[in-house]
Amino acid sequence: MSQRLPKGGRLIDRSTEMSFTFNGQTLHGYAGDTLASALLANDRMMVGRSFKYHRPRGVVASGAEEPNALINMGQGSRFEPNQRATTTELFSGLTARSQNHWPSLDFDVGAVNAHLSRFLPAGFYYKMFIHPRSFWKHVYEPFIRQSAGLGQAPTERDADTYEHFYAFADVLVIGGGIAGLEAARAAGASGAKVLVLEQTAHWGGRAPVDGGHVGGRPVEDYIDSLVAELQAMENVTLRSRCMGAGVYDHGYVLGYERLNDHRPGQDGPRHRLWRIRAKQIVTATGAIERPLSFAGNDVPGVMLASAMRDYVVNWGVTPGQRVVVATNNDDAYRTAIALKKAGVDVLRILDARETGGGALMNTARDMGIRIDCGRGIGKVTGGKRVKKVQICAQAGAGGALEEIACDAVAMSGGWSPVVHLWSHCGGKLLWDGDQAHFRPDPSRAPTGADGKPFVTVAGSANGHLGLDAILPDAGEAGRVAAQAAGFKPKRAAAVAVDPTTEAPMEPVWMMPAQARPALRAKAWLDYQNDVKVSDVRLAAQEGYESVEHTKRYTTLGMATDQGKLSNINGLATLADALGEAIPNVGTTTFRPPYTPISMGSIGGEARGAVFQPVRETPMYGWHDSHGADWEPVGQWRRPYAYVRPGETTHDAVMREVRNVREGVGMLDASTLGKIVVKGPDAGRFLDMLYTNMMSTLKPGKCRYGLMCSENGFLIDDGVVARIDEDTFLCHTTTGGADRIHAHMEEWLQTEWWDWQVYTANMTEQYAQIAVVGPKARVLLEKLGGMDLSKESLAFMEWRDGKIGSFDARVYRISFSGELSYEIAVPASQGQAFWDALMQAGADLGVMPYGTEALHILRAEKGFIMIGDETDGTVIPQDLGLNWAISKKKTDYLGKRAQSRDHMTDPTRWKLVGLETVDGSVIPDGAYAVAEGTNANGQRNTQGRVTSTYHSPTLGKGIAMGLVLNGPDRMGEVIDFPGTDGTVYKAKIVDPVFYDKDGEKQNV
Amino acid sequence: MLILECPCCGVLADETELTAGGEAHLKRFGPESSDDEFEGYLFRRENPRGVHFERWRHSHGCGKWFHAARNTVTLEVYGTYSAQTTEPPEAIRQKISGVAPGWKWRLFK
Repeated sequence: MSQRLPKGGRLIDRSTEMSFTFNGQTLHGYAGDTLASALLANDRMMVGRSFKYHRPRGVVASGAEEPNALINMGQGSRFEPNQRATTTELFSGLTARSQNHWPSLDFDVGAVNAHLSRFLPAGFYYKMFIHPRSFWKHVYEPFIRQSAGLGQAPTERDADTYEHFYAFADVLVIGGGIAGLEAARAAGASGAKVLVLEQTAHWGGRAPVDGGHVGGRPVEDYIDSLVAELQAMENVTLRSRCMGAGVYDHGYVLGYERLNDHRPGQDGPRHRLWRIRAKQIVTATGAIERPLSFAGNDVPGVMLASAMRDYVVNWGVTPGQRVVVATNNDDAYRTAIALKKAGVDVLRILDARETGGGALMNTARDMGIRIDCGRGIGKVTGGKRVKKVQICAQAGAGGALEEIACDAVAMSGGWSPVVHLWSHCGGKLLWDGDQAHFRPDPSRAPTGADGKPFVTVAGSANGHLGLDAILPDAGEAGRVAAQAAGFKPKRAAAVAVDPTTEAPMEPVWMMPAQARPALRAKAWLDYQNDVKVSDVRLAAQEGYESVEHTKRYTTLGMATDQGKLSNINGLATLADALGEAIPNVGTTTFRPPYTPISMGSIGGEARGAVFQPVRETPMYGWHDSHGADWEPVGQWRRPYAYVRPGETTHDAVMREVRNVREGVGMLDASTLGKIVVKGPDAGRFLDMLYTNMMSTLKPGKCRYGLMCSENGFLIDDGVVARIDEDTFLCHTTTGGADRIHAHMEEWLQTEWWDWQVYTANMTEQYAQIAVVGPKARVLLEKLGGMDLSKESLAFMEWRDGKIGSFDARVYRISFSGELSYEIAVPASQGQAFWDALMQAGADLGVMPYGTEALHILRAEKGFIMIGDETDGTVIPQDLGLNWAISKKKTDYLGKRAQSRDHMTDPTRWKLVGLETVDGSVIPDGAYAVAEGTNANGQRNTQGRVTSTYHSPTLGKGIAMGLVLNGPDRMGEVIDFPGTDGTVYKAKIVDPVFYDKDGEKQNV
Repeated sequence: MLILECPCCGVLADETELTAGGEAHLKRFGPESSDDEFEGYLFRRENPRGVHFERWRHSHGCGKWFHAARNTVTLEVYGTYSAQTTEPPEAIRQKISGVAPGWKWRLFK
């Protein structure tokens, strides 16, 4: 069993007991515990089940590399899945539940998959779930969805807050182990501004657990004095619980600080995302021990040797009572020694090397531990806990030489430097054959804007595993970084460090080397995603040569731990199967973040009301207090309809449309883009931008225009008013104002930069109100002021003048087909002008109308709407707008593209009106079906609906749509199947449903 | 995340302040052009590993377009310059030749 030792544990405080629950049961731990160490202290070795086979899984590591101990943390608004127990600090009241099992952790139905594992090899999903095609939707997908995913999704809104934080450093040190601290001191001594990030709550990393002496003092004391020294330096900032998550171009780094995870409910943000710009970066990210690949290496109780040592030394917990150690290097002997010192039985050390280890081996032997050299583990047996180990010759095929009953296995396959942050921005690796690992290649570092390296690596992250090599390497890294950041480093005094006396390690990629297939099929590489040695070999056999393809085919390293334990073992297995050298196979790409970071931290403060600012017109408050049902349009919110008490939204829309057609309505049109284009070449410029001729427009007149991209597609439309010889005012769509302004600037600045034109986006300078309907003129005349008669202000003209006491610019333009004035007043006068109009119009029955009424009014007239009739693939010619395309102009944006084959194809769908036979409304987005089916067995189509409404004016459903040869098929009835099985029959008609001759707008 | 100096306002701008605009120094082909010319102008783009000339806009700053000469592999920035030119300034070309001898690009050497 795993349990708390009577004494020891450098990180725990035995005087402060904390209670927590795991799967509903109350357990106890101490302050300073991680959830993993507290679970182990309570003999909870098994903490979850694996993804595919639902195999029992135990804690295997002690830090960020943990693949198994993932738990559902917290409750309600503080619930979060997939939290690693090894990096979760214990607090009183913590609630945790294990994941990926049903109905319970101990008894799991999905575990039947394990018995089917022979039939669930690599690529199983790709191979099996293809045929028959129809099974995908109803059988395969529901099955996969039900079994997919580890933790559960939260159901409540997150109660915590998050923030972003910006920081700048001359030298950023990532990693607060002994190497990081030493590098920080060396850099700090030069006067550089240094920031040190450490992902755990403690400084010094592994060094205190591994032991040794620096300058005659225990290494732990040395670290304490280093930290004290750094804390006293004004130019150095230390941040613990803050992980360097990713290194990006030009020295940009993301840090992920966990402020309140260990004390939930405290004031202040839970996580803080550091957005750092560093001139130079030192990655002192340490190294991670590799598992050994032997059969049953996933049985709970099998653990990394270094992790077992951590639990004993840091938290006073032993994962077992009778332990077997398997290793290919000297470091695991430290675990055996630590266990023995703590009073735990170490039954055997199996050293895969024929000649065994160095000085540490002798120490262990002197303590009475039996050591077998040239031996390995043939197989571990036990279901939810290690029961026994079969010993075999490492060089053999797995024949059992002996069986030992035990309850825990410590394994060490050597150490891999954490090269992730070095690699994120392009740092390359080299293969170190002596230590069997990839480490940073100093000659191929990531380079910055000046073309020079901006990342230096220090300590075990650089492949140095002994304290005597780590300290000088780290000091040098700090000095190199400081110098590269423009500071003058100081020479450091040498300190005496215990010399390393370790024997060389020997790579072991399979234990035993000639393991039978049955053993390989039980030797796990990736614990979380259930990838075994046999799966990678199968992939190689099936022709997967690239490590990137093998990764995706087998899912090796694709779990939430991103293969921190499995990558090197996996690619060594692949290399072996392919008969290639490991460096020739190479690694997969290391991508940020180093460990998963919360979505909350990425969002920061940007959530709820501040996620995106809402743009408000001057009359926003009035709309809000008069029943506005809001609709988002770009960043604006516009009233969809003004709903009165007792009305449905649909009732309100119908009322608003009728009131415009019969009386007078008012629309807040302030959101429409208003761009001033000014200069001697303004006319010439607009001739290039619009499909029609704008330079011939007379001052005082308005003209409707279409704008296309250089691809020929329609991107915006609106009315252009010529203010004077040099000045035009271009109206754009609400959502298009900023985009079209940018479009104009792009062409002016990058193509026609010698043309004398300025543009200015005046959208928010004006409040613009459309007064629309047969009584519009009567209403305006009640306010007095300028002459608004047909004779003095004809349709498609504009004038400056006074309406009442307001300075106004009045455009006689109409998007409804009615008599209509769009009146712009200074934004500051918008509300007052609106109030004046409402008051003057009260006895005329004036009502505000919203965007849905606007849509119906324009659809009744067959006017197109950008975004409804267009979708980025529609050209003006599709919409019957040839009248707005100049034949005289030699050039405009999109002209050349519109003459390409595809654009002149006579079978392009064209705009028509659609009228349902029974008066119903065709569903939005419906397609018109044609005879026969296409190559995929889908029904052929011959058109689609682009706008569809119930018209209260006509008392029936009307629509616009793009239909094959539509304009030549007037009167024909075509079918639009709905998603509910109903088929809507619609007659092809002229898109102008109302007042075809346009007499009403011209009165 | 890149840092580029806007040659118009002089700000050292973070990539979040900028909008990428694709390949620089495109020559526009209009209505009289052949299908091949127009296709080349509209669709064909350089995507080199190495020296590249790009258009950027200081969209959350002064709003101006400019050009950047940089290396897509090493991320070295050789220089930024006005968008109102048809070819990179001689000084920048010389600088590139100093670091990446023999470089060539669609239109220049």
